[in-house]
Amino acid sequence: MKNGAKALLTLPPAVYLFLFFAVPGLLMLLASFRFPGDYGGLAPWYYVEDGAITFDLTLENWARLFETTLYLQLLLKSLLFAVLTTAICALLAYPLALTIAASPKKHRDLLILMVILPFWSNFLVRIYAWMIIFSPQGALTEGLNHITGLLGLEPVNLMFSSVAVITCLVYVHLPFMVLPLYANLEKHDPALLDAAQDLGATRAQRFWKVTWPLSLPGLYAGAVLVFIPTLGIFAIPDLLGGTNGIMIGNVIKQQFVESRDWPFGSVLSLVLTGITLVLVVLAGRLGRTPGALT
Amino acid sequence: MRRRNPLVTSAAVGVYAFLYIPLIVVAIFSFNDSRLNAEWVGFTMKWYRQLIENDAMLQAAANSLIIASCAAIAAGVLGTLAGVALHRFRQKWLTALVLGPVAMPDILIGVSLLLTFMLMNISLGMMSIILAHVTFCIGFVAMAVQSRMAGMDDSLLEAARDLGASQWQSFRLITLPLLMPGIVAGMMMAFTLSIDDFVVTFFTAGVGSSTLPLEIYSMVKIAVTPEVNAVSTLLMLLTLILITALSRFSPQSLRS
Repeated sequence: MKNGAKALLTLPPAVYLFLFFAVPGLLMLLASFRFPGDYGGLAPWYYVEDGAITFDLTLENWARLFETTLYLQLLLKSLLFAVLTTAICALLAYPLALTIAASPKKHRDLLILMVILPFWSNFLVRIYAWMIIFSPQGALTEGLNHITGLLGLEPVNLMFSSVAVITCLVYVHLPFMVLPLYANLEKHDPALLDAAQDLGATRAQRFWKVTWPLSLPGLYAGAVLVFIPTLGIFAIPDLLGGTNGIMIGNVIKQQFVESRDWPFGSVLSLVLTGITLVLVVLAGRLGRTPGALT
Repeated sequence: MRRRNPLVTSAAVGVYAFLYIPLIVVAIFSFNDSRLNAEWVGFTMKWYRQLIENDAMLQAAANSLIIASCAAIAAGVLGTLAGVALHRFRQKWLTALVLGPVAMPDILIGVSLLLTFMLMNISLGMMSIILAHVTFCIGFVAMAVQSRMAGMDDSLLEAARDLGASQWQSFRLITLPLLMPGIVAGMMMAFTLSIDDFVVTFFTAGVGSSTLPLEIYSMVKIAVTPEVNAVSTLLMLLTLILITALSRFSPQSLRS
């Protein structure tokens, strides 16, 4: 009976996720060693001839990753974009989370809701908003070019640039940083700051010696939540980046949809998976550091 | 944390402005009588009128609703089972299986499922989109249910068993009603994630199964037109109404 209940609870979700999460992962691993098909897709990975099986697998797709520095550069650039996005998110989220945590209790829920609200509008709507703001006819670009004109500089175009991509990446992921940071800051004991003040600590000292170290676990949690989705994104560079702003996600999409080279697309996807897994494990370690407040 | 620094507070106000100005700009230009989203010309409703006549957009909206409803129901059932199993048996492999799709970037779920559907000869369409959405929604329902389970008093189940309830009866009469707020919250989350999803849908959709985000994407890819502003504004309004309704229907009122 006990075992029956266990199977009844565990099996349906386990079988479903085995079929649609574990198997796809394994198929992708296999695909990364297969030859591309003649018309896109995949070539058969084994042949049966006279009852003998011949496997038709290759390491070429993985070797292609290192043939030129193109893909490594792209990967580095994506990592750089993700690092910058995470850092700017932290920079913007910190004063916001601090202000909300210092507000009267009855206002805090509303202030947090106001952070999440834009996040609930459709993802593409939020990207589209920046396409309008950065458009060459937009007020922002015209205003900027008015200033550059006065200074005798070349006019700038914000659309299809790294600046546009990173601004939108920050915009889309900001709540992921604010929420864990606020959850952490809200729990700090005000008595700690009082004690520090009584002992003669200045405002800056109170922040850097008390609030900042205590807030690190919240900051780490937020960093992981921003960094991982940022690294794999393709819609934002696709719509705002032009040719300069592309990231690894764009090349993965290109391999699967446009050039239909699935084996190489799988290789790139597995590299991204590998980086994600390392980050998840690292984050788990950081969360368990002795002395860390969670 | 009651001290406030005026510099910090004004930075916070600035960040709120950063969050809202882009969306307000979209909404304002949806009423602008000009094809360019550049300067205010005059008030018009014509972009909304054009939208109502756009059959592809209406079909996409209907598809989105069907997909999100099916995904939320299926993920609700599977996620509830997973949440209870995770709490009771604490198996590491099941945790990895359930939370894996939540942690992975969307694009990886999208391309690996595209690969799988093609190899399994599952044709791309509404069905493949639903199957894909359920995959990443299960984890969110499971997490909501698991946190409800953690807050549950086990003595209630013991009391039920002392009074002669079978395992099924105590599950149906005690566990399930107590889990309900978690299940409902998880399913609403699943519905929202599904209707908002662009990336996974992009890879698993076929001909004739376009959803609202896909439709917006193809419009935006071609040109920035105020019609997109109109859809966006309507979508924002819809979310606002949904959230207001949800806050009335919050877990507190469900607990009774």
